[in-house]
Amino acid sequence: MATPVAELPAAPSVRRAGSFFWGLHGGDKPAFLITISCAAAIVLVTCLLVYELFVNSAVSRHKFGWDFLFSRVWDPVAGQFGALPFVYGTVVTSALALVIAVPLGVGAAIFLSELAPPRVSDTLTFLVELLAAVPSVIFGLLAVFVLVPFLKQIEPVLRSVLGWLPTFQGPFYGFSLFAAGVILAIMVLPFIISISREVLLAVPTDQREAALALGATKWESTWQVVVPFARKGITGSIFLALARALGETMAVTMVIGNDPKISASLFAPGYSIAAIIANEFTEATGDLYTSSLIELGLVLFALTILINGIARLLILTTTRRGET
Amino acid sequence: MKMTMTKIARAACLAGVMAAAGVVSAEVLMNGAGATFPNPMYSKWFDQYHKLHPEIQINYQSIGSGGGIKQITEGTVDFGASDGPMNDEQIKQFKEKRGTNILHFPTVLGADVPAYNVPGVATDLNFTPEALAGIFLGKITKWNDPELVKANPKAKLPGNDIVVVHRSDGSGTTYVWVDFLSKVSPEWKTKVGTATSVNWPVGLGGKGNEGVAGQIRQIPNSIGYIELVYAVQNKISYGRVRNPSGSFVKADLASVTAAAAGAAKAMPDDFRVSITNAPGKTAYPIATFTWLLIPDKIQDGAKKKVLIDFLHWMLGQGQMSVEALDYAQLPKQVVAKELKAITKIQ
Amino acid sequence: MDRLLIRRKAVNAVMLGLTGLCALIAVGVLVFIVGYLFYSGGSSLNWNFFTKLPTPVGESGGGMANAILGSAKVLLLASLIGVPIGFLGGVYLAEFGGTTFPFVVRYMTDLLNGVPSIVIGIFAFTLIVLPQKHFSTLAGGMALGLMMIPISLRSTEEFLRAVPVSMREGAMALGATKTRAIVTVVVPAAMQGIVTGIMLNLARVAGETAPLLFTSFGNRFWSPGWGQPTATLPVMIFTYAIAPYEDWHRQAWSAGFVLLSLVFAVNVIARLALSRGGHQRR
Repeated sequence: MATPVAELPAAPSVRRAGSFFWGLHGGDKPAFLITISCAAAIVLVTCLLVYELFVNSAVSRHKFGWDFLFSRVWDPVAGQFGALPFVYGTVVTSALALVIAVPLGVGAAIFLSELAPPRVSDTLTFLVELLAAVPSVIFGLLAVFVLVPFLKQIEPVLRSVLGWLPTFQGPFYGFSLFAAGVILAIMVLPFIISISREVLLAVPTDQREAALALGATKWESTWQVVVPFARKGITGSIFLALARALGETMAVTMVIGNDPKISASLFAPGYSIAAIIANEFTEATGDLYTSSLIELGLVLFALTILINGIARLLILTTTRRGET
Repeated sequence: MKMTMTKIARAACLAGVMAAAGVVSAEVLMNGAGATFPNPMYSKWFDQYHKLHPEIQINYQSIGSGGGIKQITEGTVDFGASDGPMNDEQIKQFKEKRGTNILHFPTVLGADVPAYNVPGVATDLNFTPEALAGIFLGKITKWNDPELVKANPKAKLPGNDIVVVHRSDGSGTTYVWVDFLSKVSPEWKTKVGTATSVNWPVGLGGKGNEGVAGQIRQIPNSIGYIELVYAVQNKISYGRVRNPSGSFVKADLASVTAAAAGAAKAMPDDFRVSITNAPGKTAYPIATFTWLLIPDKIQDGAKKKVLIDFLHWMLGQGQMSVEALDYAQLPKQVVAKELKAITKIQ
Repeated sequence: MDRLLIRRKAVNAVMLGLTGLCALIAVGVLVFIVGYLFYSGGSSLNWNFFTKLPTPVGESGGGMANAILGSAKVLLLASLIGVPIGFLGGVYLAEFGGTTFPFVVRYMTDLLNGVPSIVIGIFAFTLIVLPQKHFSTLAGGMALGLMMIPISLRSTEEFLRAVPVSMREGAMALGATKTRAIVTVVVPAAMQGIVTGIMLNLARVAGETAPLLFTSFGNRFWSPGWGQPTATLPVMIFTYAIAPYEDWHRQAWSAGFVLLSLVFAVNVIARLALSRGGHQRR
């Protein structure tokens, strides 16, 4: 459902609603009031949410200030709390997810939009979109019992190929940043595929035809004309996937290893913001501890909002251009 | 299915009747949360108690001792449970928030065991306190470290890296474990300290005793600390630990009971007592009481009655079933003292 | 020149082949995952799962009857909150909206839609659980309801806007008031799409776990009424999956199977209905 919403030209009725007298006719005013109050409720709830997060994190914000973001200590005994290991874990797992999912997803989207016969394309897309509906906890279940043992099996291969990189060193227990990144990649793949495909399909056919008429091969027309045309939209889909990956909770909690350390190796366990909130929120004793967790929630919120905003902007500009 | 239907029907009727007439039903639903350490025992008890008194449902959720303390302080549950007693700061906070006192009621005795999964090692390993502190501080990193080999001359210890598993949630099991480590290792005491959650020098985090046991089973060469029953139920190997008298003792009913012998005679009035590293040749050094946390003022009369009745049942009949789950019964003196303390619930 | 052409053709073939491979891998991985779940979940499913309560820790047997009912109740509550607000808000945006306020509403809706589910959990905890002093079905329903609002709003708006302006004008030309036109002409025309959107939305929140951890909490027994904590399927999957007991793992798979079957059933029905309906957007 995360499809981009193109702005349609305002219907005449919209303009007419501006007139106050029009609203007074037979039940129009009550209807207007009811619907607008529902709309207002949404604004209210969202503001309340931000407000609650802000107020309830006051203790920690006052105590730590901006240092909260840069401190790497999470020590409930000493009352020292810092967000850095969690921000790091969140960002690294999400980035890894994108590194894996973007080439796969965009490649698949190109295949589905440009090459596959429409029937095949529609069926596969239907499947992929269905898979976007699989709940996160189920991915977690699979990650714990299937993915982690599988990764442990292929670890020697990874090590022999990529072992010279600092990111693939140290012991590997299965529960790690790496496992979390892989499961996230699988989770965001459907988003990247279905949105990118849609954006690619929105590229006008004459663009393709022009390139082909000039003697370009199918690949050249796709890679040099169609993809650049849809570039912003594809980037948008990637940002949306990123936003989803950042806030993902259950699957990550189940495989990330839950250890608030910053280590260069992806094989090491880590911790994400959402995971620590899920693990510790019901049991944080003391105001400072609780409010630090809520501040983490605030940080996560800010991060996703930022990413989401960029994504929507990008998708909006492409689809608009695609229509003109 | 039939049972489901009748239950649903009954619940629906009940809701309807209550809404219509405002009649207070005889059914009492209570909620508690906290320690995972005694969860096998508690869920068994509350199940038995529900069968004895079908109108009473006591729902216990094992979210960790830290959770038990937090939720009872916030008043979102009727009782909490913890295997680390609340500290003075937490009790003060409870008073500020709830305007009343919190009571600790010991329920059973249990033990934290060093549980491990080392392929190829069939015998029970011996752990010195120094070895355990070293492993959890991240100083001993290989299974064939001299400290471990010295205590286990016969075992074939591999040269693999040790994978430490600890709790990711606030936990009384952790409290007991680090309480022990603080007592035996000055370095642990200054660097890490004692609490329901600490800043771990090394290791992976698992949620609950359940989660830690699950990870130990899944990860070769791992070691973690879990309640005895979790190790037994899941057939995870666990080692002997050297006590202050110098003998290596395996956690079992006798050694845990022996650890509580001293505390039983000199139990403080608020029942907050640590029995780790207890003296006695046969005493297991990482044992603990586990407590129910109950406010001393309960507004709801029906709930108060249920809690008091349950405590009486638990201290009598309930104690009979604890050994089947590898917990040790409370010493007689403690039971007697608790029966007196129950009258404090107003 | 000729060699260049051959090279270009080769690149063409290789790259196109690679994209096909990408599609194959992507779809393959995803299909494997679901296949595996259906295989191991389906094979361990039994009748007890639907009829029995959970057993005490470590004992085998039992089921998740209470969690199934609990999930149903939480979802019912969620739709009672999320659907009307989202729907009416969507009607406002599509039919009444001016310029400034609708922009604010859309912006806030997007914000709300982007809030990570765990943060919604914190919100519901501080807003409902703490003042009420009780974990409850109600709090869980509110949390999920909140998550449903943005999508039901946007899908309602989209489908209403897809209704041709001529239909509104026709109704009004016949003397209907604006409200009457909306109620009798515009909404019915968009109904199929809106209902489908709501169903997809419901399927999406049905699997949400994070917001329920500290709102509806958990319960080993039946949870009568709305004021008690309740077990739900996703939370049960989580707790059972991380536990060390084989029998619980088996039940977690069963629960995953049941949950996924429901989600898929709703999705397939909704999408088929949508593709057959006349008011498709694409």
